[in-house]
Amino acid sequence: MTEPLLSVRDLRVEFPTRRGVLTAVDGVSFDIHPGEILGVVGESGAGKSQTGAAIIGLLEPPGRVAGGEIRLDGRRIDGLTADQWRKVRGREIGAVFQDPLTSLNPLYTVGRQLAETIRTHIPMSERAARARALELLQEVGIPGAKDRLDAYPHQFSGGMRQRVVIALALCAGPRLILADEPTTALDVSIQAQITALLKRLCREHDTAVMLITHDMGVIAETADRVAVLYSGRVAEVGPVDDVVNRPRHPYTEGLMACIPTLHARPARLAQIEGSMPSLRAIPTGCAFHPRCPRAHDRCVAERPPLFENPPSAAACWLWAPNADRTAAVSAPS
Amino acid sequence: MTAPTVPPAPNTDDPAPLVRLRGLSKHFDLSPPLLSRLLEGKRRRVLKAVDGLDLDIARGRTTALVGESGCGKSTVARMLVTLYTPTAGDLEFEGTEIGRLSDRRALAPFRRRMQMIFQDPFASLNPRWRVGRIIAEPIRAHGLMDDTTAIRRRVGMLLEHVGLRAADAERFPHEFSGGQRQRLSIARALASKPHFLVCDEPTSALDVSVQAQILNLLRDLQRELGLTYLVITHDLAVVRFIADTIGVMYLGRLCEVAPADRLFAAPRHPYTRLLIETVPDLRAPDRDRKPMAGEVPSPLDPPPGCAFHTRCPLANDRCRTERPALRPHGEGQANDGGAVACHAVEERRLPAWAPGSMLVSGSNADRTG
Repeated sequence: MTEPLLSVRDLRVEFPTRRGVLTAVDGVSFDIHPGEILGVVGESGAGKSQTGAAIIGLLEPPGRVAGGEIRLDGRRIDGLTADQWRKVRGREIGAVFQDPLTSLNPLYTVGRQLAETIRTHIPMSERAARARALELLQEVGIPGAKDRLDAYPHQFSGGMRQRVVIALALCAGPRLILADEPTTALDVSIQAQITALLKRLCREHDTAVMLITHDMGVIAETADRVAVLYSGRVAEVGPVDDVVNRPRHPYTEGLMACIPTLHARPARLAQIEGSMPSLRAIPTGCAFHPRCPRAHDRCVAERPPLFENPPSAAACWLWAPNADRTAAVSAPS
Repeated sequence: MTAPTVPPAPNTDDPAPLVRLRGLSKHFDLSPPLLSRLLEGKRRRVLKAVDGLDLDIARGRTTALVGESGCGKSTVARMLVTLYTPTAGDLEFEGTEIGRLSDRRALAPFRRRMQMIFQDPFASLNPRWRVGRIIAEPIRAHGLMDDTTAIRRRVGMLLEHVGLRAADAERFPHEFSGGQRQRLSIARALASKPHFLVCDEPTSALDVSVQAQILNLLRDLQRELGLTYLVITHDLAVVRFIADTIGVMYLGRLCEVAPADRLFAAPRHPYTRLLIETVPDLRAPDRDRKPMAGEVPSPLDPPPGCAFHTRCPLANDRCRTERPALRPHGEGQANDGGAVACHAVEERRLPAWAPGSMLVSGSNADRTG
């Protein structure tokens, strides 16, 4: 097994507020290997974007990393200063966010933005940077890239803008791309173009991708492994096929069951009752226990660790060594 | 769940559609001011958001309009609830032409019978009003009841009907989660005892576990109250679950209308096929899925002929010049209620349907734009 490129251990992100400290991310651990796409899924408030923000050093104050460690290539990056971050962000970790218009400066041509970003990280003449910018635009599939170099962001369509943002993320040849809901603002036909692009780049450059999204369909087709987050904790992590088709955590199971699909028309959709707890009122023990059809006394009292059961791992007492799963499985919801 | 004040279910056996649209159009004039046109020679610009739409919405059933951004689906919804006046065409609701009524008083009886549920339950509820007042508003506005106690009782019943508690009437919208707020919007929509609900992206702002709750609720309410739905969404999986009849829109026009089961089993229009092929599916992921090439052209300057020809693998010269009409597919017995606007279908050039068959572009399809 190769060394992980990104290694997150027991990450804890806190937001101190007047009414107490909110814990948005609570003991999250995972690895991403070179060339791997790790999907991070969860519903609103699960902590997926805060995990991403911590990894790229963009937590909004007063949010802060309150515990655990983040290592990129073995080097700790969770305590970097703003100056040190500037050399890591963009250079070693590229970022793609949901809304391409907020990542692009409306007053500069895309060629200028690309060339400037390249020169920030790599010493290069303006001319060479412009040539590199053109290459990048071609690489991300902008038709007529040569003529588009001097166009402004508003002259591109939504899908093309997102391609430009991906080109920006690639400027310094990062080894990890953090993509936070990169396809959410796009139409389905464009969505597929962008995920295909991410996959191709990942394959051709051995770039790792952390793909944060709420869309399990995108994960199923794009990611190699997936981490399912709930209330700031990892509920389950494993190869995407196992997590989708043989979910272990009751939350993952419920989540997969309630997603409508094109292939069947059930009389009713399975539903998980209730909703994700607020950060101000995270239940004791397993955060999912009030909604869990299989919760028992231990779930209320004690928080389950991630139990490794290769190929995947689930934070659920049902998967503790020697746990009796048969009784629990037959319990009706 | 009992609801004695709920109206008797409209007669769903009535063969006449609840809503009948013929040649419905909405054009927005985005021309520069007259002076600029005269002095600078600028041209008129007209956005044909909806351009000649024919559609029947059957009673007691769910009709869905799907399509990508800019296809005009939300404009149709707004015309249906009389928020927009159509530029041309007929809009018949329960047998009466209402598209050209502009007088509030004349529209009032129709507006009571149709209600709308919006996408964003955070923006569609007045944050300063208690829930009880929000839900009672349609009852008061339409003068359906004036006894305060009776209204309060009715609001309580509506809340329970959508899975909340009667006591929630005393609370404010911010005290509710996204899914609960969408339940509030539904309760408010039901308050005037409508026959017809227009749901514009009713679950797009919700998490999937909550989406399932709301979709199940909409289905239960339809069965109990005999409601007719028009659901506007871009999400084909949602449509698959909720719709009986589906209209697929592209650049302001319908390219295919069909019963839901038929549409997914054997889509005919190349755009419908490409849409179905492009959606990532959790149960049958295709990790080598080839994306549909190109993008939706600007509705300000739609391609001539069939608007989809720029992205269609079957397009020929006729498609580039002559606009295809929406024709019933198959005659007499062979007609399954579907209609399609495609020259390739009419000329029998359409290949048999097999998933993946339409995506002919090469392995670098993600590069094509």
